[in-house]
Amino acid sequence: MSAVFKPHETFRDDFTFKNSPHAIRRFPLPFAEDEYMYSVNIEPHTPGPCGSVLEFAFDVDEHYVAECRERALVLAAEPLRYQALPHMMSAQWDCLELIMESLARDYPEHFSLTKRGNRWRWINRPLNIDQSFVFGDTASLPREPLDFITRQTQGDFVVMDQREGDLWTEAGMVTTQADWSLDFDIGMTFKEWHGPVPLAHELGVFDRALKYLLNLRLGQPVRRLNWTMTVHPRLDTSPENYPMWGPDRATVTAQNAGDLVHLRVELQGLWRLPRSNGILFGIRCYLISVRELATIPKWGRRVHRALKALHPALVDYKGLSRYRDAVVAWLAPYDDGSPTTPGAGPD
Amino acid sequence: MSEEQTLAVEVSAIERLTPLVKHFTLSPVGGGSMPAFSGGSHIVVVMRAGAHSDARRGGARVHRNPYSLLSSPHELDAYQIGVRRMEESRGGSHFMHDQVTVGTRLEIAHPVNLFPLDKIARKHVLIAGGIGITPFMAQLEDLHQGRVPYELHYCVRSPEHAAFLPRLREREGGRVHVYYDSEGQAIDFDRLLSDQPLGTHVYVCGPAGMIDRVTATAQSWGWPDSHIHWEQFSAPPVGDAFDVFLARSNMRVHVPPDQSLMESIEAAGVEVPYLCRGGVCGFCQTRVLELDGEIVHNDHYLAEADRGKFIMPCVSRARCKSLVLDL
Repeated sequence: MSAVFKPHETFRDDFTFKNSPHAIRRFPLPFAEDEYMYSVNIEPHTPGPCGSVLEFAFDVDEHYVAECRERALVLAAEPLRYQALPHMMSAQWDCLELIMESLARDYPEHFSLTKRGNRWRWINRPLNIDQSFVFGDTASLPREPLDFITRQTQGDFVVMDQREGDLWTEAGMVTTQADWSLDFDIGMTFKEWHGPVPLAHELGVFDRALKYLLNLRLGQPVRRLNWTMTVHPRLDTSPENYPMWGPDRATVTAQNAGDLVHLRVELQGLWRLPRSNGILFGIRCYLISVRELATIPKWGRRVHRALKALHPALVDYKGLSRYRDAVVAWLAPYDDGSPTTPGAGPD
Repeated sequence: MSEEQTLAVEVSAIERLTPLVKHFTLSPVGGGSMPAFSGGSHIVVVMRAGAHSDARRGGARVHRNPYSLLSSPHELDAYQIGVRRMEESRGGSHFMHDQVTVGTRLEIAHPVNLFPLDKIARKHVLIAGGIGITPFMAQLEDLHQGRVPYELHYCVRSPEHAAFLPRLREREGGRVHVYYDSEGQAIDFDRLLSDQPLGTHVYVCGPAGMIDRVTATAQSWGWPDSHIHWEQFSAPPVGDAFDVFLARSNMRVHVPPDQSLMESIEAAGVEVPYLCRGGVCGFCQTRVLELDGEIVHNDHYLAEADRGKFIMPCVSRARCKSLVLDL
């Protein structure tokens, strides 16, 4: 089903972002069980059920237009949210091709791509863009290829080069991030980039994940879910702007937690890129308020239990220390103690 | 994840380049173009030999051999591979040479690159021995268009074995240095590797002896391991027959002398994950649960400490009374 865009909703200042009942039901809840712990929860990124966020390679939902506008606002203020090292140009074209082909195939009502040899024409109807260019010729686009296409795509993107048996973070568009900085991490290896994550290194999660990704195959993308929480539906929680959003965490109470606190889920996708042999890492952020979550009875119980039992190191790493208890208290009336059905989906 | 996601191709041209090497052009069945790839990639060609040609086993035999793509990454109407006829073949290269004709349909796996050029190198030195030239053919197409200096050193038995020389000479001119064994010519590795600018990467593809000499020489001149690259697909060697028990599948499998462990397991209907089928990538690493005898490790992947605990079924075999694998 094609989404009806809500072009005027905001992710800052007055925070008018909201999920429709349809968007709530398709929300990718990351808790398949009542208890949560890390795992290398990677699975093939194959098409999921019709209408779900997994139906297509890149999900376009009701927030598309508003999220692209939010991205433009961030970039206007902080241009370094987009960066690409010089040797990543072939990977940039790989990314542009992958995203344009996917969107045009999956959402023909919104996007179209026509090719005559290297002469391509891209039409993005929701954003009113009609661009002809020569594939491979950077001068024929108004911006670098990765910059151009990711300004028209929801979610953050990191492009990794593969060499020396490692993956190097060497290009990206990062404006909807959970407290990490491309400007700080660019040029890092896979384990350096993930250095701050607690517990997982000791569990060998990154050894296994790296080994797996080094062998990622063309045409066989994979995905996983990750999550944290954010006060207000704020997409841009960057370390650079910590003073603007960090203090919000002190405003949460057991009374207002349902409206202020949002579960922030990242649908992470990984694609091998054909010409560059690099890897595209997509980090698509979905937001939902705790009150919206609790409209699904199973989720009220499930999220209450998962948060209550969360490992202290994860509470700290995810930045929830100040308000986790308030959210648990707000959700308590929604948990009658009855069992939850298996899996993450609504009943 | 299914490892058998394949592309259907049709052989659209065959050319004999040397007494031992044939050049195959593989076009997509039904038109269109092949998936884009990067220089240094290989494909695995799935060959289903007809039942009659292998009647003593009572069924079709499947060969899966890796071959480097040697066509330009910028021309995707077809892929090109070069196949050397191996003297001691388990059948794959003989199948390609003797059974495949223009019009034959084959299946191939998507390209995988285990031998990419380093994108931040200041200079590339490519060293090829014989059929080891193939991965460089595609890489040269990228190097040719770039600004990073490079040179190619190509050793062959004799002028009639220099499979791709006309094409190389035409495109690369003075950057190609050819050495004929028949005329007593050889690369002076010490001279080549002792005097290269900082940031140079060396790549070698050829016989095992050549790879060993290049890596040892480079290391002796202080090259960091990260700047030394090699690729060698071992064809699975033939050997004595043996039996293996697959613990998870609860199945006994016989491995005949001319079939690899992986091929035998696949023929029994058990899927083994793989990328290279040449003992390089590590993807098929399998835990050894019990062993009475010895494993013949033919791979380039397992660390010394892991040998015996694990086996790479794509190229390694066993001489044993019993072998139990975690499959």
